[in-house]
Amino acid sequence: MSSSELIELGTPLATSEVERLRAGDRVLITGVIYTARDAAHKRLAELIEKGRELPFPLEGQIIYYVGPSPAPPGRVIGAAGPTTSYRMDPYTPKLLEKGLKGMIGKGKRSQEVREAMVRYKAIYMAAIGGAGALMSTVIKKAEIVAYEDLGPEAIRRLYVERLPAIVVNDTTGNDLYEEGKKRYQII
Amino acid sequence: MRKIPVKKIIEAVKQEAIAANLELGEDMIQALRRASQLEESDIGKDILDRLLENAELARANGIPICQDTGVAVIFAELGQEVHIVGGDFVRALEEGIRRGYKEGYLRKSICHPFTRKNTGDNTPIIVHLDIVPGDQLRLWVVPKGGGSENMSALYMLPPSAGWDGIKERVLDTVVKAGPNPCPPIVVGLGIGGNFEQCALLAKKALLRPVLEPNPDPELRAMEEELLEEINKSGIGPQGLGGRVTCLAVQIKMMPCHIASLPVAINIQCHANRHREIVL
Repeated sequence: MSSSELIELGTPLATSEVERLRAGDRVLITGVIYTARDAAHKRLAELIEKGRELPFPLEGQIIYYVGPSPAPPGRVIGAAGPTTSYRMDPYTPKLLEKGLKGMIGKGKRSQEVREAMVRYKAIYMAAIGGAGALMSTVIKKAEIVAYEDLGPEAIRRLYVERLPAIVVNDTTGNDLYEEGKKRYQII
Repeated sequence: MRKIPVKKIIEAVKQEAIAANLELGEDMIQALRRASQLEESDIGKDILDRLLENAELARANGIPICQDTGVAVIFAELGQEVHIVGGDFVRALEEGIRRGYKEGYLRKSICHPFTRKNTGDNTPIIVHLDIVPGDQLRLWVVPKGGGSENMSALYMLPPSAGWDGIKERVLDTVVKAGPNPCPPIVVGLGIGGNFEQCALLAKKALLRPVLEPNPDPELRAMEEELLEEINKSGIGPQGLGGRVTCLAVQIKMMPCHIASLPVAINIQCHANRHREIVL
């Protein structure tokens, strides 16, 4: 198991950095990350299938599964907590193959995604689901880079400062959801 | 007949839709505080404290507690002595939601089932209407997020399954859902009625303030038993392990057909939003 200290992470992520992280590590992410959820994933997967260029480079990047609420006047973004990740599972191995290094969401991943993370050296991190107002405060810039027609599901480039997350799946196959539950289960 | 103009309904629904999404109810704040004291996992306790901080930030900054401001569900109890004037009642409810989601900068989350094209104004809404005695109109504005709604389930059990069969299904549903519905959750449980009625019972059960005990002692005992069982699962806050998986179980029950034992399990995340309006 991991240390309880907070680990500062910058983006883009290097493979060596990703490999050092373990399930249970608490990280603070600073830098550019991209948002994408259901509809955007479908489009990205279609582009990969057709061998076309993606609207942003995946190499070393982190995707945050979020569909923010609209920014009220004077704010960068509205509420911006994670959405449930399993819906992105069918598309994720393809993105990992193309160099995606990190994902932020909430909830369990499929066996296929967990295996792909080991194979392609990537990590999955959980942010606090339902803490949309809190997550909003670490987002310092937000701009739409693709699929504006999708509204809340458009792809946004975010600049985040010390975004708090917890490593759930690491490159060695650990799963914090399984470990955490076992530790507190009363049989 | 007491007259209520639709204008008044539109305005009230608009305001309460915004308030429901920006201000976590006092019942949930108390429940999260209590959970934080009970939680033994360090990460779990930290998460519960951050959820309380999140509720304060949402209120202070005027942004939603959760970005998923949900499908807008309205429970309406219309007194039979009330005459709605100046327009169509259900359209007025919908217009209130439309304005609230626009003016309150709430997320529009409703789309076509297959094309996934967003309707753009968070309509249509879902209305459950009861005609009741009296000259008042009572409305509950209940935005419901997709993450926890997706983890809900309905079973048509054989009568022989009994309470043990129901408990098994509830535990199975909660454990399978694990971290997905944003625990700590509240479980709304509908027992009896028929296929659609038990789902409504489960959803209506969730309207009760979360720490308020069930007025029926039999149901109260069932709720307490199930809560204890669920919290043995170890799922914990956000599914990362801990004692507090569930804040409360809330049951509504009614008689059913001699051949059936319908059970609906409506999972509610910690962004448990419901606002009551009396006009």
